[in-house]
Amino acid sequence: MGSGTSTQHHFAFQNAERAFKAAALIQRWYRRYVARLEMRRRCTWSIFQSIEYAGQQDQVKLHDFFSYLMDHFIPSSHNDRDFLTRIFTEDRFAQDSKMEKCSDYESIEVPDSYTGPRLSFPLLPDHATALVEAFRLKQQLHARYVLNLLYETKKHLVQLPNINRVSTCYSEEITVCGDLHGQLDDLIFIFYKNGLPSPERSYVFNGDFVDRGKDSVEILMILFAFMLVYPKEFHLNRGNHEDHMVNLRYGFTKEVMNKYKIHGKEILRTLQDVFCWLPLATLIDEKVLILHGGVSDITDLELLDKIERSKIVSTMRCKTRQKSEKQMEEKRKANQKSSAQGPIPWFLPESRSLPSSPLRLGSYKAQKTSRSSSIPCSGSLDGRELSRQVRSSVELELERCRQQAGLLVTGEKEGPSRSASEADSEAGELRKPTQEEWRQVVDILWSDPMAQEGCKANTIRGGGCYFGPDVTQQLLQKYNLQFLIRSHECKPEGYEFCHNRKVLTIFSASNYYEVGSNRGAYVKLGPALTPHIVQYQANKVTHTLTMRQ
Amino acid sequence: MADEKDREEIIVAEFHKKIKEAFEVFDHESNNTVDVREIGTIIRSLGCCPTEGELHDLIAEVEEEEPTGYIRFEKFLPVMTEILLERKYRPIPEDVLLRAFEVLDSAKRGFLTKEELIKYMTEEGEPFSQEEMEEMLSAAIDPESNSINYKDYITMMVIDEN
Repeated sequence: MGSGTSTQHHFAFQNAERAFKAAALIQRWYRRYVARLEMRRRCTWSIFQSIEYAGQQDQVKLHDFFSYLMDHFIPSSHNDRDFLTRIFTEDRFAQDSKMEKCSDYESIEVPDSYTGPRLSFPLLPDHATALVEAFRLKQQLHARYVLNLLYETKKHLVQLPNINRVSTCYSEEITVCGDLHGQLDDLIFIFYKNGLPSPERSYVFNGDFVDRGKDSVEILMILFAFMLVYPKEFHLNRGNHEDHMVNLRYGFTKEVMNKYKIHGKEILRTLQDVFCWLPLATLIDEKVLILHGGVSDITDLELLDKIERSKIVSTMRCKTRQKSEKQMEEKRKANQKSSAQGPIPWFLPESRSLPSSPLRLGSYKAQKTSRSSSIPCSGSLDGRELSRQVRSSVELELERCRQQAGLLVTGEKEGPSRSASEADSEAGELRKPTQEEWRQVVDILWSDPMAQEGCKANTIRGGGCYFGPDVTQQLLQKYNLQFLIRSHECKPEGYEFCHNRKVLTIFSASNYYEVGSNRGAYVKLGPALTPHIVQYQANKVTHTLTMRQ
Repeated sequence: MADEKDREEIIVAEFHKKIKEAFEVFDHESNNTVDVREIGTIIRSLGCCPTEGELHDLIAEVEEEEPTGYIRFEKFLPVMTEILLERKYRPIPEDVLLRAFEVLDSAKRGFLTKEELIKYMTEEGEPFSQEEMEEMLSAAIDPESNSINYKDYITMMVIDEN
C-alpha cells in the first residue's frame, strides 16, 4: 500500500541515482586517465622525433663542414691533398670497371649445407614468393644470390626514367606504401593483408626501405625481386635513406656487415650503385605524384626528368661541378640574401641556423640541438690552424667509418688538385651534377610540408625545405596534378592529410619509435584515384598485426 | 602582506609555466592555438578532473565569440590559471573510485561482468563513446573470466599513472 511501495520506489530511485552518479564518477576518472596517457604519449613522441631529426641534422652539419673545408682549404703538401681527395670523393669510374669484374659473384660457392632460398635468373614469381616465405621463417639469403640479385636489379634500374609513369588502366588497383625502415614484419603483413604483387595488383614503395630496423637486407631483396618479376607493376622510389652515407650512421651498413661477414663490403659497394639508380618519383595517370620527401618552390619536374640521377650518389655530400671563382663568389653573395636557397653553413658567422630563429616542430625546441657546434665559430678562421685541427678530426671520423665498413673509397681526381691529368679531370667534371641538379634532388628527398605558407630551409633535418600549402598548390597547378603522396615523416595514425587534402603522408613502419608509438598504413588508389587508407599495428602482447580501416 | 603576495605571484608564475608547456604540446603550428578538441586533454593533464558537462562550459568560456575550432592561448591562460588557483575539479581519490565500483556491484562479488560494465558505462552517467568503451575493455576485462576485478584494476591503473 501507501508507505511500502513508496519506500520501495524511494529506494529504487535512490539506487538508480547512486548508480548514475557512480558511473559518472568512474567515467570522469577514466577520461582523466586517458588524457594523461595521451599527454605522455605526445611528449614522448616529440622527444623521439627531435632525437631522430637532430641526428640527421648532425650528420648533415658534419658533412657540410667537411665539404666546406674541402672547397676552401687546399693543404700545402701534395700528400695531404691526395689524402683528402681520396677520402671525400666518390669514384664511380673505378667502380664501373669493378662492376664487370663483380659478375664474379658466380665464383662464390654456395655450400650444399645451405638451406636458404636459391635464386636463378631470370626470376620467376615463385622465386619472389619463396623469398618472402623464407625470410618469414628467418632464413638468410646467401651472399652469392644477394649479389646476383643486386646485379640484375641495377641492370633493370638503369633502363628506368627518373620519373616513372604508371597508368591504372592496366591494373585494377594500385597500392602505395611508405617508409619501412627495415621492419620486415610490416612488409609481410602488407602482402598478407593486401595481397602479393601481381599484374593485377600494382605497388609503389616510396623510399626509406632500410636503416633502423633489423631486416633491411631482407626487405631490399624482396622489393628488388618483385620489381624484376613484375617490372611494369612494381615500382620503387628512392628515399633519403637509400644512401650509403646515411646508412653508415643509421644501421644498415652495420646490418650488412653483421649478416655477411665475408662479402659484406662487396654487397655495400654494389648497393651504392643500385641506390643511386633508383627512380626519384612515380607519376600515376599524370595526376598523382609520388615522391619520398616533398617539394620546394623551385621544384622543376622537367629538369628532374632530364638529369642523370645516378650522378647523385649521396645527398649528404655532393661534389658539384666547379664554377669559376667569380661565379662562386656571386653565388655566395646570393646565398646570403635568399634563405630559400639553402641554409648557410652553420659554422660560418653569417649563418642564421644558430639559435636566433628557432624553428619549432610541435614542442620540439630547435635551440637545444642547433647548439651542437663542435668547432667554435669565430670571426676569422685561421687557415693553417684549422686545417690541422680538422685533419686530425677528419682522420678520426674516417677511421671510425672505415672500421664500420672497411671501405676505402678511392679518389677521383678533382678540380683543384694539380696531380690530375687534364682529360681525367674533364671527364670527372661531367660526372658530377650541377649545384641546381643536386638541390632539386635533395628537395624532393628531404622536404617536409608545413602549415604556414611559403618555403623555408629545413634546418631541423639539415636538408631540403619546409613547403607551405601555396607551394603545393603552385606545383599541382603548374603540372596539372591532383595531389601529392609522400612519406618521410612518421605519423601516429600511419598517415596524414594536409594542405587541404592535397598532400598525403603515408608511413608504413608501425611502432616506429617504440612499441605502441604509431600505426602503419598504406593507401590504395581506386577508380578516379580516390585514396583509401588501411591501417595496422603490431600488437605488443600477441605479436600479431591487427588491422583497421 | 608583502610575503603572501610574493608567494602568490610565484605560484601563479609556476602555473603559467605549466599551462604554457601543456598547451605547446598540442600547438602544432606554433602559433599559440590548439584545436578545441584537445582542450580536454590539456586541462586534464594539468591535474584537473572535470566532468564532460563542466568541460563544455569551460570550452564555451575560452572559445572565440564566433567559434573557429581553435582556442587561443591568450584566452586559455587566465581561465586555466583561475581553475588551478581555486583547485577546481580535483581528481578522484582511489577509495572513492573503489566505492563507486562497489555501488555498481550490488551483489558485492568483487567484480563486474563485461556486460554489466558496458551497460553502466554506455547507458549511465555521461556515456562513453564506442571507442572509449572498447579502449577501457581492452585493458580492464580479463578475457578468461570476461569480467573486471575492479580492485585489481584500480591498483593497476594507479601504478600505471605514476
